[in-house]
Amino acid sequence: MIEIKNLNVSYGSRLILKNISLHVKKGETLALLGPNGSGKSTLIRALSGVAPASFDTLSLSGRSLSGLNAAARARLMAVVPQTVSLPPAFTVWETVLLGRTPYLNFLGQISAKDEAIARCALTKVDALSFAKRRVGQLSGGEQQRVLLARALAQSTPVLLLDEPTTHLDLQHQVGLLELVHKLARDENLTVLIALHDLNLAARYADRLALIVDGEIKALGTPKEVLNPEMIAAVYHWPVQVMQHPFLDTLLILPEG
Amino acid sequence: MVEARLAYRNPPRPYPPMKKSLPFLLSILFLLISVLLSIAIGSVFIPLPDVWKTLIGQSANPTFATILWDIRLPRTALVLLTGAALAGSGASYQGLFRNPLADPYLIGVASGAGLGAVIAMSIQWPYSFFGLMAIPMAAFLTGMATVLLVYWIARVGQSVPTTNLILAGTVFSSFASALTSFLMLRSSGDLHRALGWLLGGVSLGGWDSVLALLPYVIVGLALLTVSGHALNLLQFGDDQAQQMGLNVSRAKTFILIAASLTTAAAVAFAGIIGFVGLIVPHVVRLWWGGDYRRLIPLSIIGGAAALLLADVLARVVIAPQELPIGIVTALAGSPFFLWVLRRAKNQGYW
Repeated sequence: MIEIKNLNVSYGSRLILKNISLHVKKGETLALLGPNGSGKSTLIRALSGVAPASFDTLSLSGRSLSGLNAAARARLMAVVPQTVSLPPAFTVWETVLLGRTPYLNFLGQISAKDEAIARCALTKVDALSFAKRRVGQLSGGEQQRVLLARALAQSTPVLLLDEPTTHLDLQHQVGLLELVHKLARDENLTVLIALHDLNLAARYADRLALIVDGEIKALGTPKEVLNPEMIAAVYHWPVQVMQHPFLDTLLILPEG
Repeated sequence: MVEARLAYRNPPRPYPPMKKSLPFLLSILFLLISVLLSIAIGSVFIPLPDVWKTLIGQSANPTFATILWDIRLPRTALVLLTGAALAGSGASYQGLFRNPLADPYLIGVASGAGLGAVIAMSIQWPYSFFGLMAIPMAAFLTGMATVLLVYWIARVGQSVPTTNLILAGTVFSSFASALTSFLMLRSSGDLHRALGWLLGGVSLGGWDSVLALLPYVIVGLALLTVSGHALNLLQFGDDQAQQMGLNVSRAKTFILIAASLTTAAAVAFAGIIGFVGLIVPHVVRLWWGGDYRRLIPLSIIGGAAALLLADVLARVVIAPQELPIGIVTALAGSPFFLWVLRRAKNQGYW
């Protein structure tokens, strides 16, 4: 369970996030939506301790995150970044084992248990078959699965995903989110995921937070948040929202 | 599915492939051969049996003893330490800056040290200073001061962006080099000594240089050798490294200080020797991969051996005169590196 109260992030005098308050239950998937530059990624960076943030409360299962060092924080939450900056020379296996860093000493000595956990993470994302290959030789979808495996190897109760589907084609977008959804359900993970695609968010998230200009504009279930007036106001484009003919999800279609 | 089952039967190579000790054996053998060549070859050739007899004090030839103890051995030790220092810190800088063009002098150690040496000469410091040689000490101190200044300029809040470091280092280097040239133009001919020393001081140093250099190189290289895991993490960028649990600003500062300490000491006692710190890490990377936990120790051994060979060439090519060692490292090193690069099969090794 993540509890955030009045979180602010500013670069210099510019406020990027203003008074963000969120409450994410254990096992819940919350999607962060919003236009480019609204602060979705910054929220993920602030939670993972990369962007400097001030807050009244930032806690995980009642335990405050302030004052934790990088390793302690990395034992609580793992981040799946975009694939843009992966060093191509590392193999998949080496990359995933680096996820064990918060449990290792400074030299990074690996135990058999770490290897077993890494192998298990690779199996979960179905990447064991190409574990020996170099990351630079993989497709975007495969790279994203490797990054997910690396995050799983961190064995954290919380998973943060920063626009993981941005560089993927349709099949891999859906495949990755299905996988995250399944993992969240099977292992009772708390998931925060920044997404661009409203349809995918409606389908795979339990709740949505719509962030506009650094503030939470709407928070609730997909049906509560995704109404045509709200989307048109935020994205400055008229849309139609309709019930999916046979799935329990919404369809958002831009007009024009 | 078949592939997946095969992967189970042949479990993937574990992350610490430290069992593969062949690269270490080969490079240590290479280093031993280089050391022997460096001791034996020079204006007077000392056959290996005589080298051994002299070392254990049973040689009948007192000239051999003098050459060996007073000239060859200190020079070999100095070149070995310098090559190790340059290649080890070069590999670390390349990893720290995630830049294949980074060399040990990228952020101004060399130009700062050069400026310090010229200033020390122009104000005519006493030769000895607390029992240490004044000019190398001045060069060392200004080299380190340059790094700290560049680091301070590049700092933004809690973090030190890599681009800022490279830019601040490059620009400050130009400034220091220009100031060095200005001082040399303005002064009398005496300062040519400073330039000559900077361009290849290995022939000038004796045991006192070796002893002064030794602690810095040992401490610096030991710190870099244990930083391999941190450097591996930093290849993913600062954000990801932090999110995987590395204290990024502390690790970067630690590596920067250790690499600069090593380089500044090498520059101060052996002058500016180009190319070793740039290409030795790349050759190691091309042959044996980019895992920094192996790359750094292998670069250290390889750099020591490569610079020893270059020094042997520098002594024999136009004997009895000597070539500046920097000319040999570039003249012999470039074709060799281009050959390795051409033969490299693993795409995207960087």
